[in-house]
Amino acid sequence: METSLGLLNSAGGGGGGGGGGGTLDKNTAKVEKDYMGMSKEPELELVEKGKGSAWGEYGRILTAKDFPNGFSSGRNAVSAGTKRERASANSVDEGSASSPAVSQVVGWPPIRAYRMNTLFNQAKTSNVEEDKGVGGNENDEQSKKKMNHGNDKNDVVVKERGNVGFVKVNMDGLPIGRKVDLHAHKSYETLAKTLEEMFFKPSLTTRGGKEQSVQPPKLLDGSSDFVLTYEDREGDWMLVGDVPWRMFLNTVKRLRIMRTSEANGLAPKSQDRNEKQNGKPI
Amino acid sequence: MPFSKNQMDPDPPEDSPSNSTNSEGANAPQSPFPDEVLEKVLSFIDSHKDRSSVSLVRKDWYNAERWTRAKLFIGNCYAVSPEIVARRFPRIKSVILKGKPRFSDFNMLPRDWGANVHSWLVVFAKVYPFLEELRLKRMFVTDESLELLAKSFPGFKALSLLSCDGFSGNGLKAIVSHCRNLTELDIQDCVTEDFAGDWLSSFPENFASLEILNFASLNSEVSFDDLERLVSQCKSLRVLKVNESITLDLLQRLLMHASQLTELGTGSFSQELTPRQYEEIERAFSNCKNLQVLSGLWEASSLYLPLIYGACAGLTFLNLSDVALQSGEFAKLLAYCPNLRRLWVTDTVEDKGLEAVGSTCPLLEELRVFPADPYDRDQRDGVTEVGFLAVSRGCRKLHYVLYFCRRMTNAAVVTIVRNCPNFTHFRLCIMNPREPDYLTNGPMDEGFGAVAKTCTKLKRLSISGLLTDLTFEYIGKYAKNLETLSVAFAGSSDRGMQYVLEGCPKLRKLEIRDCPFGNAALLSGRGKYEMMRSLWMSSCAVTIKGCRLLAKEKPGLNVEVISEEENDESQADKVYVYRSVAGPRRDAPPFVITF
Repeated sequence: METSLGLLNSAGGGGGGGGGGGTLDKNTAKVEKDYMGMSKEPELELVEKGKGSAWGEYGRILTAKDFPNGFSSGRNAVSAGTKRERASANSVDEGSASSPAVSQVVGWPPIRAYRMNTLFNQAKTSNVEEDKGVGGNENDEQSKKKMNHGNDKNDVVVKERGNVGFVKVNMDGLPIGRKVDLHAHKSYETLAKTLEEMFFKPSLTTRGGKEQSVQPPKLLDGSSDFVLTYEDREGDWMLVGDVPWRMFLNTVKRLRIMRTSEANGLAPKSQDRNEKQNGKPI
Repeated sequence: MPFSKNQMDPDPPEDSPSNSTNSEGANAPQSPFPDEVLEKVLSFIDSHKDRSSVSLVRKDWYNAERWTRAKLFIGNCYAVSPEIVARRFPRIKSVILKGKPRFSDFNMLPRDWGANVHSWLVVFAKVYPFLEELRLKRMFVTDESLELLAKSFPGFKALSLLSCDGFSGNGLKAIVSHCRNLTELDIQDCVTEDFAGDWLSSFPENFASLEILNFASLNSEVSFDDLERLVSQCKSLRVLKVNESITLDLLQRLLMHASQLTELGTGSFSQELTPRQYEEIERAFSNCKNLQVLSGLWEASSLYLPLIYGACAGLTFLNLSDVALQSGEFAKLLAYCPNLRRLWVTDTVEDKGLEAVGSTCPLLEELRVFPADPYDRDQRDGVTEVGFLAVSRGCRKLHYVLYFCRRMTNAAVVTIVRNCPNFTHFRLCIMNPREPDYLTNGPMDEGFGAVAKTCTKLKRLSISGLLTDLTFEYIGKYAKNLETLSVAFAGSSDRGMQYVLEGCPKLRKLEIRDCPFGNAALLSGRGKYEMMRSLWMSSCAVTIKGCRLLAKEKPGLNVEVISEEENDESQADKVYVYRSVAGPRRDAPPFVITF
């Protein structure tokens, strides 16, 4: 039972189970290496075409393979020795106090795809019910729902129906990106607030753990060290907030929280693409 | 009960009903009953499990059974072929057909994996002209198929699509316009593209036979006038579940025509109303004296919930999983529902709401708590072991639970099953993979062990949290009635899976993801899989070679693999094993390896 004890001591992370693996034969070890292996792509592309792999036309789906260090909250370290370095380039950083893992595992939690489409509307709109009671809002819900049901002909949208509206968000200085469901938001304000809380909570910075006293910096009004930018369908990086929200939803591919100093090249409040000089900060 | 090839004999005798006396040759005793009597008696047997047993007694019983069977249940569309079915059963009126493995509900299979109903309908159209009912679950259904269905069976009455995809409004149009005797159109949890709602307007002008109409999950605006006319004409309508496009004031008009409803799914439940409108709607609900099931209630809040109070006295099933209620308004509503047996809620009601359940619903038998925000990073909200405990204390008849939470303790689970030892379905989903016991920081082995040991009637179990092989040892040792087991991110070694395969005699469905079970575990079940419906393993440690070996040893099994690479040593990403008399399927898409 040494294997399982070994796992327990390391709090059971690493589904490959090879922690104490001296007794594993060559094949199994090799298998586990594959099982723990790195994903092929360093970034999640929303649609990945023509790779010739089984999943080529369906986009790259992250599985447990991509997160060999396990998904538990920070207290569960993983002992899977050599496999770590292969995976580290793409692994969930155990050092971060947050547990982004739940949102990045396919098919987990096990909730029917149909219900996923409707869930986020409910969770978000229940907070704004004071605003409701006017017929106009229902139309917003309707069209938002329609978008949620995967009818968006824009082939940039993730093809898996369960991940409606999720786009990747990276922040300068953080190796691990997050994902945010754009369809759960009705405006730039709520999106910015969510991202501010996601990336600027005190636990991620060097501040102390007292959440109440710290206000996350505002991403949209230009007052902080960071700005919120997005890559649109044409591959250009733009400042978030310029275009109407719906248009933004249709054109955004991914988000990036960029240092203000680096964002100087982006066309600020100008719609004219010709004025942009440096569209690709990465 | 061992799987007998007789269940779906590829070459059944072609005897006519009254001609089986010589079918067994000189050695078999004569049947004491004439065939006519036997058939008459058998015609009273409905359950497909009983009928399967009957068919195994002797050859003449087999024949009498096959000629009298009217309802077909096919739990896995690939376990048998339409041709085999058609040969054995000549007189089918009702079909239940299930397709994809359950994990396809969670987007773990590509869209064109299979389970296309079309080939079945082609055969049915030829052989079962009197088909009346078709109930599909997790099948791929195209408009073309629906059109074929609509045109092939003049007496067709009932169509039910659960967790299906592939169709649009055009297919539905064909159904409603051609099926003159339609009594049931029930569409649940189907993921469809947004499509026009004019299918509803395609019901013929004087159409009046509908008893069940459920389009709650369809995302299309329908013509209210046509809907109202339909509802007013269908005097036998007892189940009506509309979609969100139907607002409160419109719902009120529908209810005026259909106060006899026993099941109602409302539309959107939030609207600016005049006091008079509010009163009218309240009255319309109060007039629904026969309501047993209520669902929908999208966006309902404390302002609007009182509208339904008058209709809740007889409610046995309240489905609040589409609305995010808070504990206060939820508790107030519960006070009006003394007869609840089934309750589905969202975890926004929190532990406090569940405490209200415990104190208000003594008759409760089933509870499902869904997460409002499964990806909640802060993980502060939702329900915990406290809520579950409270329910178990007050609802001693509880036997079915589906519970999504972010933290749990062994101690709580042990107490819960002590309070409610009659669980038949225990599905606990601690949402963070490998989450340990909240108090001890250790595995959840003892909790699930208690479930296995205490709940002797347990048929279905879903486990989660941090789990070692010990959990599986408990399951194998105690869960002797277990039929379905779902496992994720659990176990330490092959022994885990082996414990279950060795110890659970009634196991039918085993689905596993992200566990350290490899070839040894897979192959250890070689003698068992033919007695099960299916096995699913994804992101485990099984290789292509292991699958190939299993397939070679067991020709009665279909072993299907989806994998990025195809060489023997590579990991088999998704493995689906199931018994079949139809051989490897011929419609497998290129990314599925069939051995």
